[in-house]
Amino acid sequence: MSELLQFLLSGIAAGGIYALVAVGFVTVYNVLGIINFAQGEFAMLGALVAASLVAHGVPLVAAAPLAILVAAAVGALVERGVLGPAQASSEVVRIIITIGVSISLRGVALTIWSSQSYGLPQFSEGAPLTILGAALALQNFWVLGTAAVIMAALFLLFDRTYFGSALRASVMNRDASRLMGISPARMSLYAYSLSAALGATAGVVIAPISLATYDMGIMLGLKGFVAAVMGGLVSAPGAVAGALLLGVLESFAAGLVSSGYKDAIAFALLLGVLVVRPTGLFSGVAASRQV
Amino acid sequence: MSRGELLGTGLLVLGLAALPALVNPYLVSLMIIVGIHVIVTTGLTLLLGFAGQISLAQAAFYALGAYGSMIGTVHLGLNGWVALVAAAAASALVAWLIGVPTLRLHGHYLALATLGFGIIVYIVLGEETEITGGPTGASGIPRLRLGAWALGADRHYYVFVWLVALMLLLVCRVLVTGSSYGRVLRALQASEVATESVGIDVARYKVQVFVLSAVLASLGGSLYAHYLTVISPSEFGFDVSIEFLVMAVIGGLGSVWGALAGVLAVTLFIEALRTVAPLLAPGVPTSEYEVIAFGGLLVLTLLFFPSGLVGRWAHRPARAGRAGRAAAAR
Repeated sequence: MSELLQFLLSGIAAGGIYALVAVGFVTVYNVLGIINFAQGEFAMLGALVAASLVAHGVPLVAAAPLAILVAAAVGALVERGVLGPAQASSEVVRIIITIGVSISLRGVALTIWSSQSYGLPQFSEGAPLTILGAALALQNFWVLGTAAVIMAALFLLFDRTYFGSALRASVMNRDASRLMGISPARMSLYAYSLSAALGATAGVVIAPISLATYDMGIMLGLKGFVAAVMGGLVSAPGAVAGALLLGVLESFAAGLVSSGYKDAIAFALLLGVLVVRPTGLFSGVAASRQV
Repeated sequence: MSRGELLGTGLLVLGLAALPALVNPYLVSLMIIVGIHVIVTTGLTLLLGFAGQISLAQAAFYALGAYGSMIGTVHLGLNGWVALVAAAAASALVAWLIGVPTLRLHGHYLALATLGFGIIVYIVLGEETEITGGPTGASGIPRLRLGAWALGADRHYYVFVWLVALMLLLVCRVLVTGSSYGRVLRALQASEVATESVGIDVARYKVQVFVLSAVLASLGGSLYAHYLTVISPSEFGFDVSIEFLVMAVIGGLGSVWGALAGVLAVTLFIEALRTVAPLLAPGVPTSEYEVIAFGGLLVLTLLFFPSGLVGRWAHRPARAGRAGRAAAAR
């Protein structure tokens, strides 16, 4: 019993990480209309920058936000330098550009940090918490707390602020929002930086558990992406639900079936969802990006 | 085919035929791999260029071909050609199963599905040790025999691989330009909506192109396995799919010749990098530069030459041709 609870809890914690990455995917997909294959690399950047800063004596409370800012700045650079200029190109071309960006970022990280793993201390010291016989490292609570706080903040941002309305307006109708004085190009910049920051946050909070390496972004990005597809790719709440479900399923599969096939679970789910319900598991009616 | 294209093809064949006499054994073996990559990339060029769809599983179909040939010849004792055809048929079936549900939808669902499929294949290759040999791979794959002609020596295999590659390129070239089937594909390339509006089942054509691309990849995989005789999962990972994608995009997606140009350009680029990089920064493993250079090359190509190497080159004669004809009419 306690074993099953253990699987459930660590699955939810993993789901929290996937959720942060997945919401980044959804943000870029909604505003730019493309699948951003570089999403995972921002998690890697966040984790590695934070680890380096801490190693150089910067306290964690300063290092974590700094790392997230760095990733957001890199995201802005990528949008301005590469994706913005390619705005007129076809979707296929822009999607492949994000693949190129992801390879380049990974390469740059490899030259700066080499292939070593870097640790980050847990955000709060202490022995793992035991709940009904299931032990959970304290960092997992930081992961879940961060994910919850960010989801709430995003909801407020998108739903209750002028900026959020402008962002949603430019998704619905690019031309009409331009007539209302909203710059779609600027919205695209903000959305891409925001999703880079979200990815970096995921990287920073997971680094104490999984260590930071230059290639950590690949799997993290792919899992976040599976979660986003499970949620229909256009809905942030859907992505969060998809991420939690994915985390739990993976955790049970690894514990009960075989750990070698843990990663395959996510992609088998992806294929299943695409074949059976391509609009996402939680959509009542066919959802599509409203352009 | 235009006169320029015929001339170019003739020169290419002559150059390829003369190559083994001129260069060292390393380059011959490199060119065998290039020939195999051309076969695999041609499928992707057709898929990206004409169906407008991204596949991130080209390496997985390449793996199905290679492992299919390995299992057929080593485990089941089949004839190499029988195994090759069986592997290609299995790849076609798998591609059809993935393509039918995902290509009915608008958008880039094929990219998502193939991403998942590619990674699952890679994981299975590493896990099913009894069948695939696990992470260390499998060995003892026999060389192919063509009647009395054993394709053992590199030079023989080189001739064979390039004959197959050029034949497939020409067949694909004729398919997209010289047939009514090709007219539909080119219409699809110009406008999917317009093609659909004249009553053509767009999804069916996309599925067929995807199946063709998978069969070409599988064929390339079989040839690869029979050449190296040893295969392991790391040669068929996600990054390899990306590599094929880079080759197709850099070559250009408007014409099947793009595959040839792209594979040659990327191979030359990597070889040059391996020679130059150690001189610039001694002690740093070249693979580190390869990663950055690959990504950079991809992004720059798409920004500045979105139609690739062949696109730049092929569009000019076409314009000149029209202008010439207009002048003649006057």
